[in-house]
Amino acid sequence: MSRVAQFLFRRKGGKGWHWTDIVTWVWLVGGLFIMFGPAVWLVGSSFKSPAALAEFPPTILPYVTQKVTVEGFDKPLDLYEVTLPDGSKGKLAEVRRIGVVGQMINPSNPGKVIKVNISQRTPVRAMSFASGNYTEPFTHFDFVRYLWNSVFVTVVATLITLVVNSMAAFALSKYEFRGRTIAMLLILATLMVPLSVIMVPLYSIVSALGLFNNLWGVILPTVATPTGVFILRQYMLTIPDELVDAARMDKASEWQIYWRIILPLTAPALAVLAIFSVVWRWNDFLWPLIVLSRKELYTLQVGLSIYSGELNVQWHFILAMTVVTMIPVVLVFIFLQRFITTGIAGTGLK
Amino acid sequence: MGHIKLTNVAKSFGSVDVLHDINLEIADSEFVVFVGPSGCGKSTLLRMIAGLERPTSGELAIDGKVVNTVPAADRGLAMVFQSYALYPHMSVRQNLAFGLENTKMPKAEIAERIGEAARMLEIEPYLQRRPGQLSGGQRQRVAIGRAIVRRPVAFLLDEPLSNLDAELRGSTRAELAALHARLSATMIYVTHDQVEAMTLADRIVVLRAGRIEQIGTPLELYNSPANRFVAGFIGSPHMNFLEGTVESVQSSKAVVALTGGHRLEVPANGASIAKGARVTLGVRPQHISIGGDTHGIPAKIKLVEALGSETVLHTDVAGQKVLVVAPGQYDLMPGADIRLSLSTAPLHVFNEKGLRLGHTV
Repeated sequence: MSRVAQFLFRRKGGKGWHWTDIVTWVWLVGGLFIMFGPAVWLVGSSFKSPAALAEFPPTILPYVTQKVTVEGFDKPLDLYEVTLPDGSKGKLAEVRRIGVVGQMINPSNPGKVIKVNISQRTPVRAMSFASGNYTEPFTHFDFVRYLWNSVFVTVVATLITLVVNSMAAFALSKYEFRGRTIAMLLILATLMVPLSVIMVPLYSIVSALGLFNNLWGVILPTVATPTGVFILRQYMLTIPDELVDAARMDKASEWQIYWRIILPLTAPALAVLAIFSVVWRWNDFLWPLIVLSRKELYTLQVGLSIYSGELNVQWHFILAMTVVTMIPVVLVFIFLQRFITTGIAGTGLK
Repeated sequence: MGHIKLTNVAKSFGSVDVLHDINLEIADSEFVVFVGPSGCGKSTLLRMIAGLERPTSGELAIDGKVVNTVPAADRGLAMVFQSYALYPHMSVRQNLAFGLENTKMPKAEIAERIGEAARMLEIEPYLQRRPGQLSGGQRQRVAIGRAIVRRPVAFLLDEPLSNLDAELRGSTRAELAALHARLSATMIYVTHDQVEAMTLADRIVVLRAGRIEQIGTPLELYNSPANRFVAGFIGSPHMNFLEGTVESVQSSKAVVALTGGHRLEVPANGASIAKGARVTLGVRPQHISIGGDTHGIPAKIKLVEALGSETVLHTDVAGQKVLVVAPGQYDLMPGADIRLSLSTAPLHVFNEKGLRLGHTV
């Protein structure tokens, strides 16, 4: 514990608080809450029952009021911790509430009704995880089907993204040709065109190609990304041209130079792009919603929208399924971040 | 076989002319060194022979066959790059095998060739390692090994020793010479280090600003440089140059008055040398002796570098810097006045255009 405290309150130079220590501390702790708080709240809330979700003030962890079954009452009654007028404390069940007075009974002696001011009682609460939020959608919601669609779209789109973008980046970084800069700028310029602008023409193209209501209609329009080309090209520029020359002297074809020399050396940048692509495709909502209208083709994000109806939003299911859909993205990030940080130790060049 | 011939080869990048009218013939199993200051076009010339650059004009022939449009891979050449350019993600063995696999060579033969090259270069213990795990010298050997396994008609080496420390450079230089003797393959070697050029080359090609200044054996270049540039470039420390004016010309001798008034007799060799012409005398630091003789050139010592076996004196002769390398040790201090004797020195006379008089091209 003392080591944790030592770590948390470590200061510049060891003695005294410099103002930068305070700024750093506030900045980092604030950042931790901003970044991590919503995720913790989401996970906590995903285990709450609908009633607990509607509670105010909200809690991070899922609490429910304990109930007791009392003889003579059909429904279980809420249990309260009560301070009686004589100062003694006890656990009583509430039969009904009239105004500010609750009519309580002792569960062990249900015959006698005790009237208690509601300010004198607090509900007895215990942590309870509503695992039904997770299990129920699997049974009455086609979760596995949607999961498969999402996985298929994400994996295939990411693989194609990596191949297509790295090929473009290879050409734009390792070949000298007229208009190379212009081509690069044009690709980057498409960053300024948002999806909503090209949605209608894109839809007519996809529709004309017969890809409407087809997972390929979700995959293909998204695979060429200016961001990906840019990331990979900038990385490839740092790979020495002498390696390409050496490979040419070694009788390697242009495809081999790309596939066997450049691509393996671009691994760190490819990992970054893979993370981006997985997150983008996994979280994509609007475009799949447009292209896919048959329920069995829905991806998870589109499928989840079933729970937010016009009149009734089933938050407990939405929250639980959001947690489930977050898991693959987190796993991908944990797995690939090693590649980003490691890079390739020693390039074999001076 | 590795006979390479360049005829009127020129290269320009856009509007910049890098090489002008290069004519050069390299015989089979010859060790040719391209030497010159940075930016003289020597690397471009090598890359052009390799096939990594296309000549803008002229003709490039290997073994009598014009190869201007033949891609690099099909010229049968192997190149060792300055940065070694080893594939960082492959083991040493894979690095060596890559070029052979691309020619669809049977696995057994690849293994045999790698084994042979590894034995020759003593890199057998590192075959499973990655280039990043090797020292500079080891990487250098792997880079040479990658060239050897190809059994090329000619080796092209682009400043292969420039990344090694001084000691390793010396020993690797000797190994390269031994390797050349053993493989008896044509080698073209690019360097800016004239010591490497002098020690390794059968013939040296001196380049400056995209033109060949002189081609010759190391001693030819040392003893009779064609012009002032070659004279200054070859030899270490470089040649001293003294400005002067021709005072009188006789049949075999001319008298030159140096700036500062001192007169020297120089051999004229019947060359066209006119009275009153501005000339530059070139003399190597090793050929100047320190003499108490009153006929010597008066000089003031600026700096004394005692190396033990020899002493390097930085002197000032009437405002011109003169370097003297004298064998042995001297008890001289900066600021002292001495006299320098050129009586036994081979003198080179350069005319105003920098051409050496008496040189027959």
